[in-house]
Formats: sequence, C-alpha cells, structure tokens
Amino acid sequence: MNGFLVTHAPALLIMLPLIGAFAAPFIGKVSPKVRSAWVILIMTLTTLTALLLASDVFMYGTRIYVFGAAAPDLAVPLDSGGIPIRIIFTVDAMSALMQVIGAVCGFAVLLYSLSADRIHSGLESFYTLFLLMIAGIMGMVSTGDLFNFFVFLEILSIASAGLIAYRIDGGLAVEAALKYFVLSTIGAMVILIAIGIYYGEYNALNIALIASRMQFTLLDQIALVLIITALAMKCGSVPMHFWTPDAYSMAPSSVTAMLVVASQASLYGLFRVVFTLYNVTLNAMTVGWIIIILGVLSMVVGVTMAIPQKNVKRLMAYHAISQTGYMLLGVGVGLAVLGNQPLMDSFGYIAMEGGIFHIINHAMYKGLLFLTAGAIFFRIGTYNLNKMGGLGHSMKYTMIFFIIGALAIAGIPPFNGFASKLMIYESVFAFNPVLAIIAMVVSILTLASFVKVFHSIFMGPKLPGYETVQEAPVPMLIGMGVLATIVIAFGLFPQAVVDGLIAPAAHALADQSGYIAAVLGGA
Amino acid sequence: MRMSKLVRTGADLLYPFALIFGLYIVMHGHLTPGGGFQGGAVVATGAAIVIVAWAYEDVAGMIRKVTMKAQESAGLLLFIGSAALALGLGYAFFANVLANSGSLFGLSVPFGPNPGELNTAGLIPIMNFAVGIEVWGGLTIILLYLLSGLKKEEGT
Repeated sequence: MNGFLVTHAPALLIMLPLIGAFAAPFIGKVSPKVRSAWVILIMTLTTLTALLLASDVFMYGTRIYVFGAAAPDLAVPLDSGGIPIRIIFTVDAMSALMQVIGAVCGFAVLLYSLSADRIHSGLESFYTLFLLMIAGIMGMVSTGDLFNFFVFLEILSIASAGLIAYRIDGGLAVEAALKYFVLSTIGAMVILIAIGIYYGEYNALNIALIASRMQFTLLDQIALVLIITALAMKCGSVPMHFWTPDAYSMAPSSVTAMLVVASQASLYGLFRVVFTLYNVTLNAMTVGWIIIILGVLSMVVGVTMAIPQKNVKRLMAYHAISQTGYMLLGVGVGLAVLGNQPLMDSFGYIAMEGGIFHIINHAMYKGLLFLTAGAIFFRIGTYNLNKMGGLGHSMKYTMIFFIIGALAIAGIPPFNGFASKLMIYESVFAFNPVLAIIAMVVSILTLASFVKVFHSIFMGPKLPGYETVQEAPVPMLIGMGVLATIVIAFGLFPQAVVDGLIAPAAHALADQSGYIAAVLGGA
Repeated sequence: MRMSKLVRTGADLLYPFALIFGLYIVMHGHLTPGGGFQGGAVVATGAAIVIVAWAYEDVAGMIRKVTMKAQESAGLLLFIGSAALALGLGYAFFANVLANSGSLFGLSVPFGPNPGELNTAGLIPIMNFAVGIEVWGGLTIILLYLLSGLKKEEGT
C-alpha cells in the first residue's frame, strides 16, 4: 500500500485537489459544515501525500511519473525511438521542496480561511477555486513537460483571478483581478511563444529532452528572454511588479497568502528553466547578472515603496516584492558562477541554498503576516494604518504572531528569515561586496518599516470604537500558529533544515545531467 | 426583450437541431474534427439563440443556473474519475484502460479506409462526453449571466 502511494504520489497530488474541487459544489449542497470537513479532508490528504513523496525523494532520489502509460515509470516507450512522448512529472528534491511548501501553506491557510471567510456568500465556488489553485501550484512545480507547465500556469492564473475578485468591494477587487488576469494571460502567451520556439527547434516538449539537445542558438536566446520576462512578471519582480500591490491588497487575506506561494511557484519555473533547461550552455555570467539586477531592483524599489504605504496589505505586498529580490539575488549569484566548480563550491552553492531557503521561509512568514492582517481586518474592518491603534490590548495572540512574522521578515535571530538572509549575505559578499551591503540596507529598512507598522497597529491606548474588539477566532489562530511554529523551528534549527532539505534541493537544481538521466535513463 | 414572432419560432425550431448537432460532435469526437469542447460550445450556442430570441425571464425557468452548475461539476468529476479509473486497475493515472479491451468503446480500429468505427478508442469518447457536459453547463452559465443584464426595451 505504501509502495502504491509513493509510486502514484505525483499524480495523487494533482488528482486529490481536483476531485476535491469538483465535488465541493455537490457536497456543499448537504451543508456548509460537511463541505468544510470535505475540503479539510482533501487538503490533509494532499499534505500527507506531499510529505510522503518528499521523504521518498529526499531519501532515494528523483521520481518520475508518466501519465497514461502502462507503468508509471515507463518514460521512453520501446517503439518511440528514444523520445518520451507522454506527459511526465519529474519530481526531484527541488520540486519536492516546493510541493511541501505549497501543501503546508495551503493547509494552514485553509484552516484559517474556513473561519475567516465563513461570513461571506458564494463559498461553494470559493473552495473549488482554492483547491484548483493548489492543483495548479502542485502541477507547476512537479511537471517535467513545458506545455504542461503552461497549462498548470493557466489553471493557477484563472483560479487566482477568480479568488482575487471574490470580495467585490465596490469593483476595486474586480479591477485588481482584471489587471492580474490580463497580465497573467499576456505572460502565459509569451511563455507559449517560447515553448513554440523550443518545439519547432527540438521537436520536443519534455524538459529533459530539450535540455539534452540544447544548442543555445539565437532562437534559444529569444525564448530564454521571453520566459525570464514572463516568469519574473509572474513572481512580481521589479520592473514588472505593478500587479502585485493591487492583487495582494484586494484579495481576501487567505487568498493573498496563497498568492505568495503561487508567485514562488513561478519563481521555481524561472529557476527550472535557467538551471535545468539551459544550465551551462547559456552565458552564465550574463544571465546570472540579469537575474541579480532584477533581484537588487526588486529589493530596493520594493522596500522604498513599502515605507510610505497607508494600507497594511499594500505595504506587505511591497515587502513581498522586496523579499522576492533576495531569492533572485541568491540564486542569481549561484547561476553567475555556474560551471566554475571552485567558485561554486566556495560560495555558489551557499548562495543558491540561501535563495532557496528564503523561498520556503518567505512563504511561511509572509503568509503569516498576511493572515495576521486578515485577522485584524476580520475584527475591525479596515486595512488603513491611520485608523488602527491600541489593538495589542485585545488581540494578544495576533500581536505575538505579527511580531514573529515581522522579526522573521526583517532578518532578526532566532527566526527563520535571519538564517536564510545570513547565508545570502555571506555568499554574496564573497561574490560582490556591494550587493551584500545593499541587501543588508534593505533588511534594515524592512525592520524600520515593520517597527512603524507594529507601533501603529498594536501600541498606544485603546482607540474609541475598538473597545469591544475581541481576539481572532480559534481556527484562524491555529492556522497562523502552524506557520508561526514553522518560522520559529526553522530559525532555531537552520542547519538541520539546510542539510536535510535545502542543500539537496540546491544540488538537484544545479545538477542538469541528473535530471536528464532520471527521465531519459543513463545518458 | 422579445424579438418578432418569426425570429422566436425560428429559434424554437433551431434549438433541437443545435442540440443534436452539438451532441453529434461530442459523440464523434474521437473520429472527426471537434470533440467535447467544440460540441459543448455548439450546444451552448443553441441556448444563446433561444435566450436572445425570447427574453431572459422566459428562458430562466427552462434553462436553470442550478442545473447547469451541477452539470459543469458533474462533467469535471466524470473526467477526473475516468482518469482515476486506471489507478484502481494498476496502471498510471490517465492510462486508457478501455482501449482494445473488447468492452465499452473497446474494439480495435480495423486497418484501411472505413466509415468510422464509433465503438473504439476506449476512454477518449468518455472523456469527450465529460468535457462536453462540462462545457455545455459552463458556457451556458456564462451566457445566462451575461444576457441577464439585457435591459427590457420600453413599450415593446
């Protein structure tokens, strides 16, 4: 039974959320309580499957899953001439890590959402779209097929757009959703053109096969530019960040926390393309520097735009842009020295590990921060910082969770943000000291900004009108607690996490030949 | 707003044909151009003709949103369920377990030119049905929501 589950886990990760999503409207007819139980059950099973698959992948190496084949590991049919013709899911350590992030965040956010969104109407579609979002994220991070990547990207975009517009809010949320949807569609079409270029050039859509045939001709360079642009837009990197503040601030907070994970999935796609599809064939220094510059721009512009914001969720959205910059910076440095083994060993891998560690940390603490903002909104009905104050008297647990999230994002020990940022500082300093100094300054500005936010939300006397404000409901606190626990645990034992999860993921990402061999065999 | 009697009668006459033509495209999806999506879209056009010719209020009782939503979810469940069927039988997800099995849609395609063997291709026709049902429901809901905004014209 265990063997069956592990073998079919990559498919189950897509199948479970999809069945859950499509059955939710019917089950919701019985009663809202039964529907809540159903979505929790589906999400629990998905999370367990992701953890099971991850434990297997981290122990025994890459797993592939061939859809529609007689056996799930039959990548290359005997009569196909050595070409993998079916859709293949390739789950290496990096994919498994992303799946765990998506599943754990999804689980915590769902617990929170069942309580926070209970008062709204239209819930029968809400959980369908929520589970579709999970399916989209799982598909994007698992797939080993470029066209399939595009399909899951579209599933994710459509579900996200529906959820952003969910609380109509006088049309403002609909406007944000439309903006997101138009930009996502343009991005997806750009990616589709790039996929068309690969298909025309190499007669293949399988990432491993294209990677093994990669020539890096002019056409490949055009495709690379198209894909980097589109995916950098999807993950909200400056100068393509303009949809993020609108979408993040207008979506319900539970959805915003998932949008953060969704942007990480796009970031994963970007890394997968440069490291697995191209690897050393591209001019690593140039492309690495492009990604570093995108990262530095995101860091600086994000944090400076965050400081003057009055709306707490817009502020957090700009901080999300800024933090994405750290991931791009870390992994970009790793890419810049790719192929140069001594430099790679001295700081390249550490930089990549820092960037990847920051992905998982960011998903946890940023999700936590958005959930606390949602809890505050749930009780007082505004995101405007000028109208808040004195909430520390009545919302003590929310305040503690906010402090944990704020200190983690600012990179203060002993929280997880410190661990990943330290790795990025150290390795980037060895590459180029100026970049490390910029990263530190941005971190200090982040701290300053969050001290101000903390003060204006929680400190001071109780404001008139907020005397009756109560603590957030228990399920919301549990959802936040799950994320806060991970934030603290990762901060206390960073070495164990890096050795156990992050380093294998970073090495799997850099190891192109291993990825190709897992699909095509031998080679 | 109702259109003239001529148009309304024409729409009534066309509706069953649009339905049958759409279902034909769905059913022959594995043999001829088209398939679940195209056929479902044709069926939904039939609904569009009737809604435009009559008024939204006249049609709302006949083509109901609740039914269409249920149809949409049911189609999707059928699709994912038929994909999961292979898992239960020990194959990979989405494997075509019915093809060449001799049971439903299980005949092998004969070699050479033939008029089109309907009873072939295994799970593919079933998935076409699923997509057809889903698109029928989904597109009709979209049309109902769009056309429910049509204003009644004064004095007609």
